[in-house]
Amino acid sequence: MQTLELTEEKLTPKSTKNISGSVAVLEALIAENVKTIFGYPGGAIMPIYDALYDYNDKLEHILVRHEQGSTHAAQGFARTSGKVGVVFATSGPGATNLVTGLADAMIDSTPLVCITGQVFAHLLGTDAFQETDVINITTPVTKWNYQVTDATEIPHVLAKAFYIAKTGRPGPVLIDITKNAQLQKFDYNGYTKCNHIRSYRPKPIVRKEYIQQAAQLINAAKKPFVIFGQGVILGKAEKEFIQFIEKGGIPAAWTIMGMSAIPTTHPLGVGMLGMHGNYAPNVLTNECDVLIAIGMRFDDRVTGRLDKYAKQAQIIHLDIDPAEIDKNVKTTIPVWGDCKETLPILTQLIEKKNHNAWLQQFRELEKKETEKVIYNELNPKDGTITMGEVIKNINELTNGDAIIVTDVGQHQMVACRYAKMNYSKSNVTSGGLGTMGFGLPAAIGAKYGDPKRTVIAIIGDGGIQMTIQELGTIMQFNINVKILILNNQFLGMVRQWQQLFHEKRYSFVNITSPNFVQVAKGYGIAGNSINKREDLYNALQTMLQHNGSYLLEIMVGKENNVFPMVPQGKGVAEIVLTKEEI
Amino acid sequence: MKQEYTITVYTENQIGLVNRIAIIFSRRKINIESLNISLTESQNVHRFTIVVMETEDVVKKLCKQIEKQVEVLKAYYNTNDEIVWQEMGLFKVPADIIAAKVPVERLLREYGAKAVVIRNDYIVFETTGHREEIEKLIKALEPFGLIEFVRSARIAIIKNSKGFHDKLKEFEKSEPAEELIENEFLNQQEEVFSM
Repeated sequence: MQTLELTEEKLTPKSTKNISGSVAVLEALIAENVKTIFGYPGGAIMPIYDALYDYNDKLEHILVRHEQGSTHAAQGFARTSGKVGVVFATSGPGATNLVTGLADAMIDSTPLVCITGQVFAHLLGTDAFQETDVINITTPVTKWNYQVTDATEIPHVLAKAFYIAKTGRPGPVLIDITKNAQLQKFDYNGYTKCNHIRSYRPKPIVRKEYIQQAAQLINAAKKPFVIFGQGVILGKAEKEFIQFIEKGGIPAAWTIMGMSAIPTTHPLGVGMLGMHGNYAPNVLTNECDVLIAIGMRFDDRVTGRLDKYAKQAQIIHLDIDPAEIDKNVKTTIPVWGDCKETLPILTQLIEKKNHNAWLQQFRELEKKETEKVIYNELNPKDGTITMGEVIKNINELTNGDAIIVTDVGQHQMVACRYAKMNYSKSNVTSGGLGTMGFGLPAAIGAKYGDPKRTVIAIIGDGGIQMTIQELGTIMQFNINVKILILNNQFLGMVRQWQQLFHEKRYSFVNITSPNFVQVAKGYGIAGNSINKREDLYNALQTMLQHNGSYLLEIMVGKENNVFPMVPQGKGVAEIVLTKEEI
Repeated sequence: MKQEYTITVYTENQIGLVNRIAIIFSRRKINIESLNISLTESQNVHRFTIVVMETEDVVKKLCKQIEKQVEVLKAYYNTNDEIVWQEMGLFKVPADIIAAKVPVERLLREYGAKAVVIRNDYIVFETTGHREEIEKLIKALEPFGLIEFVRSARIAIIKNSKGFHDKLKEFEKSEPAEELIENEFLNQQEEVFSM
């Protein structure tokens, strides 16, 4: 029998199978080594879900509770795994619910492939049931999108989708497949991965002359300063980066997205940049003589007022995306390319040095920040629990080994300011878009992306209520994430701004919450709520030791503010440590 | 300083690409003065000719954003000195007035207008040239009962371009090309840097 089968196969020169478009979609995913899909079924994507029924052993599908959650989960997955996150959704409302996640992935360069069902091709443009013009709606928030109306297109379009999503500067791709194409049978010749599109240049060629010029500048510098972003993580260049700063002895500060590319305790690490970043890196940005920006895009939250940003410095900008060079900050030496390739060359060309006196300047300012802000935040003597001490306790309990997923707001800033992280891809947050509701679904994905590590989702009382339905997903799939709600009974960040810049006119920032522990209980998730300092450590320990998901609500100070702060419209050096300075 | 720039974009032929390019302008609230899409000397490559009133800094950034689009092969921008360009106008005028009034005929000859259609009731003329010339003719024809007027988008040839054949071959190779970083900005950098 077996021999007979073999001969038959040999007789066919290229084995063509007659399969449906839906099966071709799933075959493509398997060929791309996808194991996990986050999705939600519906009318227009039913053929794909029907095919999925037979692929249960090869593909794991996580049924989210809202399509927005599927995109954030896929983002969390992509961030902790370094792979492409995959999403299924149906047409119309299913697809429009993806938009927030797509926009978030676009601005934070997260590789996603989203597959949406669409009405039959002959119904396009007729206002058919659940028809929306998904391609045009998602054009500004995708790196690439394409509508498939014929099944024969599916293999090469999906190959292109994965190639575009993960190469160069990564980003989300959306493929809209009409129902007829999903159902259509065609002769399938197998799947070929894409590795070249003539009009698409994922990375610019490395030009050594500019790296040489950059090296000369760095070698001549008295006060060089490295600022780095997610590009180091996306380029998988953490090692190359550390070798570079260590050889040059250059202090390095991270953006919120770059956080964890180097261990937060690295001796050359000087903290986080940005509006609520650390004092020293913000102030000394305006004192360094050579500013070396690596895989970051000079977001306005990092630069503050541009005409007061690093005017004294010569600027070297390493980026894979040519459109980022000179977009916000005028560069002296541009270094185009993948930092995995450019950094080793640069490291080779720079002299081994240390800049101890210069590094000492950072440490001095750090002391000032500790004195005025950090110490009190982490070691309050009385009053309510502060967010900072929660993070401090987590650091003690996890020793910096956990993946910290945050939502958006005060808790996000505090978590990123104080969390200890030993490994790359430990920080999952919504940086560019600032999407409230990101945290819970992203934590789900983060766990699938790196199942061996502890995932702690730190979320505010506002953000949790935006995507709280994903507790259902956690329940159904038994996902071991630790949910930590820092409840200050306010939309804290907005309240802080209203206090500081709008004469304390607290306009609609009062938010009441349900009994989160009971809500969790309804979902079969264990939980606890505390408001006393003496319970803090034990409650966190119980959460972390609990076998399975756990929700812990911690009541924190109602009107605590996040400091330091670069007030909007001010330069980075005008960062203030207390509200009295504003 | 804002001035007229002509952006030339070489692209693949793809549905939806015009939208992808258009939103790069609309997102920044920049008005497209004129947009033309045509074939090129290279098969399957399309050419967008876009005219905007902007500063060089903005136009440079726009070109980078355009080039970032997956289906865009290359985007150039040029000032009016660097291109040869034409626009076309079509004018519909009443036939009887043209026949009766000598100055009209002289006028049309002066502007190099040609008759495209001649009918009993009206005549359609076409003229090509720069925008100002065409607009002058509108003004001149208005007193004689101009019935209808339409002007085309600008088409432009870059004076020092060597065409796209060779570039396309380069793009078809799978290694990364010099393309993305070859521009006048790099030459300026050489001056900026003098160590």
